[in-house]
Amino acid sequence: MKRTPLYEEHLRLGAKMVEFAGWEMPVQYAGVIAEHVAVREAVGLFDVSHMGEIWVTGPDALMALEQLTCNRVSALYDGKAQYSALLNHRGGVVDDIIVYRFSSERFLLCVNASNADKDFEWLKANNRTGAVVTNESSEWGQIAVQGPRAIELVAPLVRDHDLASLKGFHFVESEILGSSVIVARTGYTGEDGVELFVRAGNVVNVWRLLLEHGASYGVTPCGLGARDSLRLEAALPLHGHELAEEITALESGLGWIVKLDKGDFIGRDALVQLQQAGVPGKLVGFVLDEAGIARQGDIVREAAGELEVGVVTSGTKTPTVNKALGMALVSTSCAALDTHLRVFVRGRTIAARVVPLPFYKRGRK
Amino acid sequence: MEFPEGYKYTKEHEWIKMEKGVAIVGITAFAQAELGDLVFVDLPAVGKAVTAHGTLCVVESTKAASDVYSPLTGTVVEVNQALVDDPGLINRTPYTDGWIVKLSGVSEADIAGLMSPEEYKALVGK
Repeated sequence: MKRTPLYEEHLRLGAKMVEFAGWEMPVQYAGVIAEHVAVREAVGLFDVSHMGEIWVTGPDALMALEQLTCNRVSALYDGKAQYSALLNHRGGVVDDIIVYRFSSERFLLCVNASNADKDFEWLKANNRTGAVVTNESSEWGQIAVQGPRAIELVAPLVRDHDLASLKGFHFVESEILGSSVIVARTGYTGEDGVELFVRAGNVVNVWRLLLEHGASYGVTPCGLGARDSLRLEAALPLHGHELAEEITALESGLGWIVKLDKGDFIGRDALVQLQQAGVPGKLVGFVLDEAGIARQGDIVREAAGELEVGVVTSGTKTPTVNKALGMALVSTSCAALDTHLRVFVRGRTIAARVVPLPFYKRGRK
Repeated sequence: MEFPEGYKYTKEHEWIKMEKGVAIVGITAFAQAELGDLVFVDLPAVGKAVTAHGTLCVVESTKAASDVYSPLTGTVVEVNQALVDDPGLINRTPYTDGWIVKLSGVSEADIAGLMSPEEYKALVGK
C-alpha cells in the first residue's frame, strides 16, 4: 500500500488509518463528527497527497485539453482553475478533475487518487496532438485547509501574495517556509479555503507549520470520514459514487460543465444524441422521512408499488444538516422536487423525498 | 481503555451487566472506538425474542452500518430510547448511559459462558 509523506504525522496524531484507493490514509483522528464541525465552524487540515497531479504541456496543450476534457478550456486564463471531466466515448465519466492554467502551454490536472494511473494512460492514449503528458503524482503532496478561518490562517504564511483577494477557483505560485507551493482557492467541503500543492519533500514541514500556527484558529486535522460527510452536505460528487464510466455526465449532474457547443471532444457525440433522445436519469438529493440511513447501492422505488426507479449513490446521516440524506440516480420521471420515493434498506423500505441540492450552503460574508 | 468489573463480555465486543435478574446489554469501549461516531441506532422492538449470537440491532456510523449480536438468549423488555436522539451516548459512555437493551429470561449457564474483564482485555489486547 502507498503512503503519503505525512504518514508518520498521522500516526503521531493518533489517526485511525484505512486503505483507500491503494493508499493508507487517515479516516479520522479525534472523530468524524468533531472534525466535520471544526471545518464548518473554524478550520480543518486534510492530507490529500494521494490525489494525482498530471501536467499537459507544450504548444498544443490547450488544443489537446479542449479535445480531452468536456469543459471550455479556452475560457481559462493564467492563474484560473476549472472543474472539468474526462469522458469516454459513451459520455461516461472517466474521472472528474480540476484543470489549472499556468500559461497557454502549461496546464496542471488534479485527478482522483483512485483514477490517477488510469487517467494518465487514458490521456496519453487519447492525445492526438504533440502535447506532452507527464505524471508527477509521486512528486507532489497536497494539503487542503478548509473552513471559515482557513484564509486568515494561511494568508500570513504565503509569501508575496494577498490571499484574501484571491478569488474562488484562482491560484497563485508562491512560497511557504521557503518551499515553492501552488495555492489554489478550491476545496471539497462546501467551505471557503485553499488547497496547497507542495513538493513531496516539503509537505511535512508545511503541515507542521499549519498545525502549529493554526492552533489559535482552532485548526483540526481531519480524515477521509469528515471529508466524505462534508462533501456530501455540499452535494459535491465523488467518482465511484455519483460519477462512473457507466453513467453519462448528463445524468450524473455534470451537465453544467459539459460544453456541447465548444467543438469536438471525446464523449460529445454520445451526449448530443442522448440530449436529443432525452436524458433518462437524473442525480437528485433526498432526505429520509422515516428512521434509518440509506447507503450507496440501496435500491430506490416508487412511493407506491414495486417499480425500481433508481439507486442511492451516497448516503449517511451528516453532522451539520443532521438528517439522514443522500444522493441517488433516479429515472427522470421521479426526479422532480418533493417526489416521494422509497429506499430499500436491509430488508425494509424507508420513505424518502426528493429535495433541492446542496443540503448545505455556507453563508456569504 | 476501560473494561469494568461486574460486567461480562463477548468476543463480538458486547457487554452485559445483571441487575435484578435482567441483563443490561451494550457494546464495549473497544467496539465503539472501532466503529467511530455513531449517528443512528436501529433499536429492536420491545418483546422481541433474541438468541445468543443472533442479530440484536444495527448501529450506524457516518461511514457504515454494523450488526450488534445478542450476548444471550432472552426477550427484549426495554430499549434505551435516549439513543434515538443521541446515539453518541454509546461513544461517550458505553457502559452506562450508552446501554442498548435489557433482556429478561436469560439463563445463568449462558451468563457463566461469557468472558471476564481480564479475558476480554486479553482478547482485544488493550
